[in-house]
Amino acid sequence: MTTTSYLILAAAVLVFIVIFQISKASEYVSTLKGEEKSNKQTNRINGFLLLGFMIVGFIGVWYCNELLYKQTLFPQGAASEEGEKIDQMFMITTAVTGVVFILTQFLLFYFAWKYQAKEGRKVFYFPHSNKLELIWTVVPAVFLTVLVVFGLKFWFRITSDAPKNALTVEIVGRQFGWIMRYPGKDKTFGKTNFRAISDEKGNSLGQIWEDNTDLKLKSDPANYDDVVTTQTMYIVKGRPVKLIIGSRDVIHDVGLSHFRLKMDAVPGIPTTLWFTPKYTTKEMKERTGNPDFVYEISCDQMCGNGHYSMKGIIEVVTQEEFDLWMAKQKPNYFVANPEKDPATQQQATPASDTSSVKIAAVTNGK
Amino acid sequence: MSIETTHVHQSGVSHEAHHEVHHGHHHETFLTKYVFSQDHKTIAKQFLITGMFWALVGGFFSVIFRLQLGFPDAKFPWLEDLLGEWARGGQLQAEAYYALVTMHGTVLVFFVLTAGLSGTFSNFLIPLQVGARDMASPFMNMLSYWFFFVASIVMLSSLFVQTGPFSGGWTAYPPLSALGQASPGSKVGMDLWLVSMALFVVSSLLGGLNYIATVLNLRTKGMSMTRLPLTIWAFFFTAVLGVLSFPVLFSGFILLIFDRHFGTSFYLSDIYINGQALPNEGGSAILYQHLFWFLGHPEVYIILLPAMGMVSEILSVNSRKPIFGYMAMVGSLFAIAILAFLVWAHHMFVTGLNPFLGAFFVLLTLLIAVPSAIKVFNWLTTIWKGNLRFTPAMLFALGFVSLFISGGLTGIFLGNSSLDIHLHDTYFVIAHFHIVMGVASMFGMFAGIYHWFPKMYGRYLNNTLGYIHFWATMIGAYLIFWPMHYEGLAGMPRRYYKYDIWESFKQFGTLNQFISVVAVIVFLVQILFLLNFFYSIWKGRKVTTLNPWSANTLEWTTPINPGHGNWEGEIPEVHRWAYDYGKDGKEFIPQTTPVSADESKH
Repeated sequence: MTTTSYLILAAAVLVFIVIFQISKASEYVSTLKGEEKSNKQTNRINGFLLLGFMIVGFIGVWYCNELLYKQTLFPQGAASEEGEKIDQMFMITTAVTGVVFILTQFLLFYFAWKYQAKEGRKVFYFPHSNKLELIWTVVPAVFLTVLVVFGLKFWFRITSDAPKNALTVEIVGRQFGWIMRYPGKDKTFGKTNFRAISDEKGNSLGQIWEDNTDLKLKSDPANYDDVVTTQTMYIVKGRPVKLIIGSRDVIHDVGLSHFRLKMDAVPGIPTTLWFTPKYTTKEMKERTGNPDFVYEISCDQMCGNGHYSMKGIIEVVTQEEFDLWMAKQKPNYFVANPEKDPATQQQATPASDTSSVKIAAVTNGK
Repeated sequence: MSIETTHVHQSGVSHEAHHEVHHGHHHETFLTKYVFSQDHKTIAKQFLITGMFWALVGGFFSVIFRLQLGFPDAKFPWLEDLLGEWARGGQLQAEAYYALVTMHGTVLVFFVLTAGLSGTFSNFLIPLQVGARDMASPFMNMLSYWFFFVASIVMLSSLFVQTGPFSGGWTAYPPLSALGQASPGSKVGMDLWLVSMALFVVSSLLGGLNYIATVLNLRTKGMSMTRLPLTIWAFFFTAVLGVLSFPVLFSGFILLIFDRHFGTSFYLSDIYINGQALPNEGGSAILYQHLFWFLGHPEVYIILLPAMGMVSEILSVNSRKPIFGYMAMVGSLFAIAILAFLVWAHHMFVTGLNPFLGAFFVLLTLLIAVPSAIKVFNWLTTIWKGNLRFTPAMLFALGFVSLFISGGLTGIFLGNSSLDIHLHDTYFVIAHFHIVMGVASMFGMFAGIYHWFPKMYGRYLNNTLGYIHFWATMIGAYLIFWPMHYEGLAGMPRRYYKYDIWESFKQFGTLNQFISVVAVIVFLVQILFLLNFFYSIWKGRKVTTLNPWSANTLEWTTPINPGHGNWEGEIPEVHRWAYDYGKDGKEFIPQTTPVSADESKH
C-alpha cells in the first residue's frame, strides 16, 4: 500500500473515533439532562428532519429528472413503431404511479411531522374502518385494471405474428458475439445442426450443406444461397423485420434498446421477435445530433466474463441501399468452399467480394 | 395447559431448573450456552451476527465493484494487495468483477436477508411473543443454525479456489452455470456454490418447520391466532413460503448437479462451445428458470414479509396507537403469500414465454399491488393522529414505508410485460429490487435490531449513532438507487463490467462515479452501526425497566435478561390483542391485562 492510502485509512479511522466519541458524550449529556427532556428535543429535531427530507426529496426528484431525462432514450423517441407503444405505456404508468408516489410519500412524512409526540396529545383510537379499507382495496384495483388492459393490448400486439412482407434475419449468439444469417434468393433458411458447426471450416452456424453419414444429416440445398455475416445486421427502414433468435452456447439476449425490444437467445429453443424500424441510422445521427450514433445490440443476459463486450450493430438503411449491400454478399457456402463458387472458377475476383470475405475471416479467426 | 407442560418437559427447562441456572450456572458450559445452544435467543443472536458478518462481506464486494463501475480507468494498488491476480496492476479484472457481483447477490439475498433477517427475528420473537419457553424443537433449531454455518463456510471457501467462486449471477442460469467451459467460475466454484446452497436450503427448512410448529402449537393460554402480533403472522407466512418453495429450488439444484457431473441433459441441448459440440440433446435451459423462480419470487417475500411484520409492530408501538386494520393486515399478508406462488414467470417475459401465458402472469403480478397498497394505506392511517416517538427503530420503520412505496411502484412498471420488454435486465430492475427488497428489508432489519436490542442484550444502542446511521443510510439509499432508474430508461444493461465501448450507454460516467462515492460512504456508515452494535453489547446504557418502549407484547413481561425458558414463573396468560394503545385514555394496555368490565369494545 502507498503512503496516501495509509493516510486515507488513518483519516477514516480518526473520523470514526470522533463520531463515536461525540455520540457517547451526547448520551452522557442526555442522561444528565434527564431522559425525557432530551427525548423531546431529539423528537423535535427528527420530526423537522423528516419534513425537510420530504421537501428536499421532492425537489431532488425533480432535479434528477431535469438532469438525467435528456440522457435517457425518451427525448429521441422510439426508433420502431412497436417501441412507440411501449413509450406510451411507460407514460401512462408513470402518470398513475407518479400521483400515488407524491400522495403517499407526502402523507407519510407530513403525518410523521404533524403527529410527532407532544405532551398531552390524545391519540385517536382507530383500530379499523371497513369503509376506508374497502376504498383502498377497490381504487387501486380499478387503476391496476386499466394498466393491465393497456399493457396486455400492447403486449399481444408486439408478440403477435410478424407481417407477411417481413424481412427475416436469423441472429445467433455465441460467447461473445453475434452471427447473422439471411435466407438468400430462395427466401428459405437451410437446415442447421449444431453438430455440423465448425468455425475452422467457416460453418459457424452448422449449416447442413453436405451429407454426413456419421451424424445422419442430409444436405439441404436451401443452404447454398444463405448469407452469413457477423456483428452487423442490415435491415430496412419502414419494413418489418423478423428476427429468429438462437444461441450456440449459453443463454444470451438480443437487446435493442432504441427499438425498445429484447428477447433471449436460448440454445436449443429458437425464439422470435419482430419490429418495424422508423429511422435509418443516418437519420438517427441527425435526430440525436450525435455523428457517432449507431443502433447497438447489447447482450442483456449474463453470459460469461465477456458479457459486457458482446456488442452487435444494426444498420437501418433504405431498401435500395439494402439491395445494393445484399448484392455484394457472397453466400456462406461459397465463402467456406471457394472451390465450389462459380465466380472463383471463372477467375473473376470482383472487388465487391472483399467485405464478405473479410467477415468470413473474422468468423474463422474466432 | 397441556401443550405448555409437554413442551417444558421436552426442552428440559422447567422454571425450577431455570431458577437454578440463574443462581448456580449448574450444567451449562460455555459450549452449550454460547456455541451449541438450544436457546432460541442465543440461536437468534448467532444468526444475527453471522448475518452481520456476511453483510459486511457482501457489502464490501459491492464497494469493490462499484469502484470499478464508477472509476473504470483508475488504478487502486491496494486492490492488488487485497485480491492479487484478480486486480492485476490495481485494475479489477472482468472475472473478478463478475465473481463479486454474483457473490454479492447470493450472500445478500440468502445469507443476510433470509438467514440474517428471518432467522434472527423469527427465532428471537416467535417464542417470546407467542408465550413459549422455546421453539417446538430446540434441537432442530440448533441444527438449523449449524447447517447455515456450514453453508457459510463452504461458500466462503469458494472464494479461495484457484478458478474463483461462481461468477454467473446469483440466479445461476444454465448452461452458463452448468458448463465449466463457459466460464472459470462455473468450475469448482460452482460446485461449492451448489453444495453451500443445498445446505442452506436444509437450514432454512429446519428453521421454517420449527417456526410453523411453534406458532401453531405453543401459543400461551388466551393467545388465539387473531391475538398474535403482526410480527408473528409475518414470520408464520414467511416460514410457510419457505417450506413450500425451497424444496423446488433444491430439486432445480439437484438436476443442475446431475447435468454438471453425471451426463444428464435436463437443462442442456444443442450446445457448441470451445470448438466442441456437446453430446447433450433435448434439455431445456428454461426449465431451470421455472424451478428457480418458483422459489425465487416467493423468496422476495420471504425477505420482505418479516420486515413488514416488524415495521407494523414498531409503527404501532411508537405511534402509541393501534395498528390500523389488523385483520386487513393479516389478510394482505395471506394474499401476498398466495400470490407469491403464482407470479414467478414475470421474471421470464423475454425468454420466449408463450404470450398468452404471460398475460396471466401480468394479471397476477399486478394483483399483488392491491394487498401491498392496503398495507401502505394502513400504515399511513396507523401514524395518522398518533403521538409519534422517533426512536431510531421508528425512523427505520418510517423509512421502510417510504422505500416500500418507491420500490413497489416501479414494480408496476416491470410487472407489465410490454414495459418489461424494454426494462428487463437494465438498471431500472437494479433500482427497483434494491429499493423494495434490498434496502427496504434492510431497514426492517435495522428497525428490528434497534427495537429489540434492549431485549437481546439488556442494554441500549447509542441513540445518536442510531440517528446518524438512519439519516445517512436513508439519504444514501435514495441517492444511490433513484438515478439508476434513468440509466435503465436508457436501456443500460445490468451486469456490465464497463460501458466505454457502448455508444448508447457511455453517457453515465459522471453519474456512476457519484453513485459509487455515495455507496462507499453508506458502507462506512454501516460499519459505524456495527461498532455501535458490538460496543453496546458490553458497554451500552443498561436497561433498567422491564418494558422500555411501553409495549403491549409478551416479550416485555420477561426479565430484563431472560434465561433459557424466558419466564421465571408461569407463562403469562393473554387476554387481548397486542394493539390496545390509547384505548379509553390509557396509554397502553399489555396483552396480559384482563379485559375490564367498563372497557369499550372496538
